[in-house]
Amino acid sequence: MRSDKSASAPFGLKIAAAGGLLFLHLPLLLIFLYAFTTEEKSYQFPPPGLTLKWFAVTWERADVWQALWLSVRVASISTMIALVLGTLCAAAVSQTRFFGRETISLLVILPIALPGIITGIALRSAFSLADIPFSFWTIVLGHATFCIVVVYNNAVARFRRVSGSLMEASMDLGANGFQTFRYIILPNIGTALLAGGMLAFALSFDEVIVTTFTGGQQSTLPIWMLQELIRPRQRPVTNVVAMVVVIVTFLPILGAYYLTRDGDQIAGSGK
Amino acid sequence: MTAAVLFENVSRHFGAVRAVDAVDLAVAEGEFFAMLGPSGSGKTTCLRLMAGFEQPTAGHIEIFGETAEGVPPYRRSVNTVFQDYALFPHLSILENVAYGLMVKGAAREERRKAAEDALAMVKLPGYGVRRPGQLSGGQRQRVALARALVNKPKVLLLDEPLGALDLKLREQMQEELKSLQKSLGITFVFVTHDQGEALSMADRIAVFNDGRIQQLGTPEEVYKQPRTRFVADFVGSSNILPPEFVAQLGAAPQFASLRPEAISLGQSGHGRLVLDGTVLSRSFLGAANRVLVIVNGTRINVMSPAAASIPAEGDPVQLSFDRTDLHLMEAAS
Repeated sequence: MRSDKSASAPFGLKIAAAGGLLFLHLPLLLIFLYAFTTEEKSYQFPPPGLTLKWFAVTWERADVWQALWLSVRVASISTMIALVLGTLCAAAVSQTRFFGRETISLLVILPIALPGIITGIALRSAFSLADIPFSFWTIVLGHATFCIVVVYNNAVARFRRVSGSLMEASMDLGANGFQTFRYIILPNIGTALLAGGMLAFALSFDEVIVTTFTGGQQSTLPIWMLQELIRPRQRPVTNVVAMVVVIVTFLPILGAYYLTRDGDQIAGSGK
Repeated sequence: MTAAVLFENVSRHFGAVRAVDAVDLAVAEGEFFAMLGPSGSGKTTCLRLMAGFEQPTAGHIEIFGETAEGVPPYRRSVNTVFQDYALFPHLSILENVAYGLMVKGAAREERRKAAEDALAMVKLPGYGVRRPGQLSGGQRQRVALARALVNKPKVLLLDEPLGALDLKLREQMQEELKSLQKSLGITFVFVTHDQGEALSMADRIAVFNDGRIQQLGTPEEVYKQPRTRFVADFVGSSNILPPEFVAQLGAAPQFASLRPEAISLGQSGHGRLVLDGTVLSRSFLGAANRVLVIVNGTRINVMSPAAASIPAEGDPVQLSFDRTDLHLMEAAS
């Protein structure tokens, strides 16, 4: 019976599933709804009227664009750093044996297990000890710490499934290190890197805690939203931005999901 | 004539482990050379030293007269058929076979033609569009062979290539490999732990144990005149007689090997040595019977033709064999 996918679920289970989904997504729908409200000081229910004017208002606000542009740059650069370092780390840990390999593997994953506030405080004290002024790069460094983990995790899982003899076979057939990377390694781990990169981008894009410690006076998009909630001014603008953030982060996560789902067929070894 | 592969006092140590220890060997051009031994005996490490995946800790390696130490795998005129075949899962069969030509910069049409010819040679014409995952184990093995041979290597290295195949397919591939080697005239160096495979295919065999070559010779030499107890034990299932027992037979007190099939049950012919013993057990193997006989406390295996009559368990029995079949061995293990 268990393998019978067409069998209908019991009624109680359907209710539970629907309840779970509502709990997760109803607040999101409310955010979307108030992006269209005509009232700007408080969120009364139901909204007195619906309008599209906040989209135009948001479009005109320079501070939104500034924050958005900073977030996109931070997320892009952190993801790129993470892609390079995370892949190198994963390659070293999965393809070679050396003293302290297990320890390094654990240390790389640790930053994502640590509460963001610890990472933030640690980075902040490190920056102030080293007399590094807050800048774009301090935010990038903070974000890279957890972006590396995401890339590393994706890459290491894929590396494990790519048989080591593939690389030897490539060399044996006359390919040098660069050709082996380009024709054998990259095609086999490419989707894992893309998925890891997308997740890293999404994580960085809505990161608040580490950014508050390493950003100084700069506002990334999530920080800007937090400030808007405290000092309300044209409140629905925040909702419009929230909608955009949801869409911008949801698309890469969806992409990552589809890319890694088919991973089994891509990385099956020659056994 | 220059040797195809020459090892001079080659060692490869991993920390305290002497995977390969002071090995000398010379593989002749056009030879089918087998490296036989149990797992961990150093045979695969020797193959990897030839391929360039390992570098020797000490000693000197030449491939067709050219020094091989320090030369990376991609600059050696040898190719390998891997134990797990190592086909590239993201490439089609044709792209797999053409890979070596592609990285060397051959034109697209030229490499397609060469790859198709190679596939036809291993009896897989028209399989080019498939993916490795869609082929059976035997077919992947042939693709791996075609992928190596398309580069026209001077030496083809095969790492237990038949290990993953079932018995029938293995026998068929043995024949094919042998005839392929003859028609191409390429030097084959073949690693196996299966003594039957080594005996039936190779021109010469190097028997490995503990990182050293125990014996190097033709299959017949290795089988009939094992130099050490290890070789006698590993190649075939020889009886190894202790020195005291051998002394009683009137020979020098050394370990000696005696092939089970060289012994007959009952007295037969003149001038043969005769032993009295008791049948311990017997088993029917199809073409023959294996009879375990105990003589003066020493167990002796006898391979007797299926047609011969076999005494029952516990019965007294006479064994006879020719003195020349008793082969004395060196004292070293």
